[in-house]
Amino acid sequence: MHDALAKKTDFTAEEHQAPAKHLVLWRPAAKTGLISWLTTVDHKRIGFLYGISALFFFLVGGTEALLIRLQLAVPNNTVLTAQQYNMMFTMHGTTMIFLAIMPLSAAFFNFIMPLQIGARDVAFPRLNAFSYWTFLVGAIIINLGWFMKDGPPNGGWFGYTPLTTKAFIPGHSIDMWVMGLQLLGVASIAASLNFIITIINMRAPGMTMMRLPVFTWMTLFTSFLIVLAFPAITIALVELMMDRLFGTNFFEVSNGGMPILWQHLFWVFGHPEVYILILPAMGIISEILPTFARKPLFGYPIVVFSGASIGFLGFAVWSHHMFTTGLGTMATAAFALATMAIAVPTGVKIFNWIGTLWGGHLQMRTPMMFALGFVWLFMFGGFSGIMHSAAPADAQQHDSYFVVAHFHYVLIGGSLFALLAGIHYWFPLMFGRKVSEFWGKLSFWIIFVGFNTTFFPMHFLGLNGMPRRTFTYDANMGWNSGNLIATIGALILGVGIGIYFSVMIYTYFKGERVGRDVWDARTLEWSLPNPPPEYNFAVIPTVHARDGWWYEKHHQAEIEKEKAAHAQAEASHGGIHMPFQSIYPFFAAVGILIMAVGVAVIDPNPAPGIHLKLGTTFVGFAIMFANIYLWSLEGADGYHIHPDEEHAEPKKQEAHK
Amino acid sequence: MSSDATAAIDPHHDATTSTGIPNKKLIMWAFLASDCMFFACLISTHLIYRLHPPPGNPDPREIFNPPLTSFSTFILLMSSLLMALAVNAIQRGNVRSMRHMLLGTIMFGCIFLTCQVYEFTDFVQDKHMTITNCILGSTFFTLTGTHGCHVAIGVLWLTLMYIRSFQPADVEANRLWFGKSLLHIAGFVAAIGLSMYLILDFVHMAQAGTLSKFLGHDALPIAGAIASYVGLNLLARSRGAVDFGEANAIDVESMGLYWHFVDIVWIVIFTAVYLLEYI
Repeated sequence: MHDALAKKTDFTAEEHQAPAKHLVLWRPAAKTGLISWLTTVDHKRIGFLYGISALFFFLVGGTEALLIRLQLAVPNNTVLTAQQYNMMFTMHGTTMIFLAIMPLSAAFFNFIMPLQIGARDVAFPRLNAFSYWTFLVGAIIINLGWFMKDGPPNGGWFGYTPLTTKAFIPGHSIDMWVMGLQLLGVASIAASLNFIITIINMRAPGMTMMRLPVFTWMTLFTSFLIVLAFPAITIALVELMMDRLFGTNFFEVSNGGMPILWQHLFWVFGHPEVYILILPAMGIISEILPTFARKPLFGYPIVVFSGASIGFLGFAVWSHHMFTTGLGTMATAAFALATMAIAVPTGVKIFNWIGTLWGGHLQMRTPMMFALGFVWLFMFGGFSGIMHSAAPADAQQHDSYFVVAHFHYVLIGGSLFALLAGIHYWFPLMFGRKVSEFWGKLSFWIIFVGFNTTFFPMHFLGLNGMPRRTFTYDANMGWNSGNLIATIGALILGVGIGIYFSVMIYTYFKGERVGRDVWDARTLEWSLPNPPPEYNFAVIPTVHARDGWWYEKHHQAEIEKEKAAHAQAEASHGGIHMPFQSIYPFFAAVGILIMAVGVAVIDPNPAPGIHLKLGTTFVGFAIMFANIYLWSLEGADGYHIHPDEEHAEPKKQEAHK
Repeated sequence: MSSDATAAIDPHHDATTSTGIPNKKLIMWAFLASDCMFFACLISTHLIYRLHPPPGNPDPREIFNPPLTSFSTFILLMSSLLMALAVNAIQRGNVRSMRHMLLGTIMFGCIFLTCQVYEFTDFVQDKHMTITNCILGSTFFTLTGTHGCHVAIGVLWLTLMYIRSFQPADVEANRLWFGKSLLHIAGFVAAIGLSMYLILDFVHMAQAGTLSKFLGHDALPIAGAIASYVGLNLLARSRGAVDFGEANAIDVESMGLYWHFVDIVWIVIFTAVYLLEYI
């Protein structure tokens, strides 16, 4: 690489070969301890950070859900006040979507995707760290309200105006919600740009696009959806923020503003968001089913193309969330048709999964149980989704518990079941230990039973007219038994989730140790020892077939010869290139946190308020800017390691880009 | 990826990536796709509210100043030419020429921003359209202000890239380079801030017919501006090998993509916000 990067300038003819030293810049090199985690640029460690944060917020959101169910268990209950109930359903929705399911998907994107394409890291490792820290800052800002007198946000996860304008919710809870979501948007877009470039540009030799594992394909589609859909909510939030902070008129009816604009902008983001939550799940399922059916995925190109169609059509259906706002016959008909059209690629996927199972030697291991649960429950949620797509039917179901039942079937029965399946499936790769089949299957059955007991009765409650987002109901409405069953189901579900994670924690410390490739799988991540080394692949693999690792297992002589040749070539280039760690992404995120506190939390009204507010904002901005500047000056350098020398002293090398 | 070292740097092909497209270029394209959606939502907001003006909404034709905006549009488009020349210069390894072109781009960007500051002041003070008193004000200032922020970020990026091109190849022998680059940044902040202030003050005084007081009133800022220009000139005289060359062409090119995109967005805004009112 030396020759390639020798700098040519018109000032000097001599090429400088000496290692570039950076006097004011700190190169953290800690491999263990707190500093190593704050400065890590390793996609696997960042994946863990996403995963741990997501699971923490998953438990927070789950607790909120249990409180909601306890309140609704019996008529005229008083567990929560109406105001507290509003906070609970707002925070439950926001937390589960943005702080649990999305980051849990991001954890898999980070950990698994680079391994599946035979890469040593993502394209921009430091940007990846920045994405995580910014996500964490956004999550903190959203949850700050719990510890303040204004309380947490209480305007619904959809934040409809004019309810969320200053006139109706004057406190800072909505400001924090707006600012937090804004930062989550920045984090998601930055992470997605990284994944897109990684998948397009960092594939191992021979890994053509049509050989990518389906999970990687779904990562790519999800990333595109995030990059193209999040700007819409960014603008909606900017407009709401301008209204709240500077008194603009975007949603101020008395001055010509139209609150319906919020609904359009929100759902232009909000509907693709639904696919942002489900496409990664479909990717995970498409990895698990073939592995345990002992067959290649049935109709691979069709599954990939269906994913693309779902993503594309997802941008054309947002108004089906607004059928009852009076869009006009033409628009309603068009959006209803587009919505029904999405059922086609989704159905195609389900048939392909069934085709994969058909005639296979099914191995009923725990990941497979969750995966089959996904197919069944997601299909169920899809059926009620089709019912909603018919605008006249939707007008009856709108804002009722029927809708709540529908989207919990696709979000828990769909996304969450797949993510739980994914945790079981990749746990041996990540930690080198395997969850016991008995406890895994037990947690599956309890979760499965609890989930259906909770949400199946809600279909009937909804069709019997029970509205969403009401904190209590009278005893004579005919909703008593349904609600009681749902609450009992929620408690069972809670127990199931509790068992699931207790078993995970136990397994992490004491579980059965397993060797490489415990499931006899097909994709490249299983070619690695567990847990995978920092540099992932000692030798970058060459991919010869769609199921790359399967091919390697069945052509061992050929592959060994090839690897030896590649290892020699790589050694002659100086060994494995690793990026330096960096603290600047973390400090930049700290600056953003201070800035966000200045914008959203500090009150400008009492005497020193406005100075404190502006001061905090600018100090935060300055910290962020200074760290991004240092980050860019530091450069994307790295060092080389030689895996055969068993972690010999890493030898520092000259600048690499 | 394996390191396939090649002797010459080809700015249009990167052998270490699967597609041959450099990562930095690809991520900029993907980011611009995202930014397209960002501006699309803002422009849509403006156009939707334009179709539903509430009673008492001001007539844009009585507020806009097409000759001024046409001038600043022309300047912004010409800055793209200079940006393209800067990319071309660094791809040939000509750092000196690249610096000149970057300075030109920075200057044109600043002229555009000065026009925008003048326009905003004019609309608020003389035409009485503020961001709060009508929906046109809300959408207009938010949309063009957001675009202005994009231009300002571009100017900042150009400036930092210009300063970066002075980083010495041998930092051991030039231990002061970091302090010097901070001084460089401060010089740019002073030069740009004071120049914009002076030009705006000059124009406002000329319009008020009090131009004769300009030199007396603004003696200090004028001295400061001259001092900062001299300082920038001195800082730019440093000799010796620099750690900036053809290998950095991709950084300049990505920045250029951003800059061109911001210009293209302005063409859309100029058409949809200003010209549309005169059909």
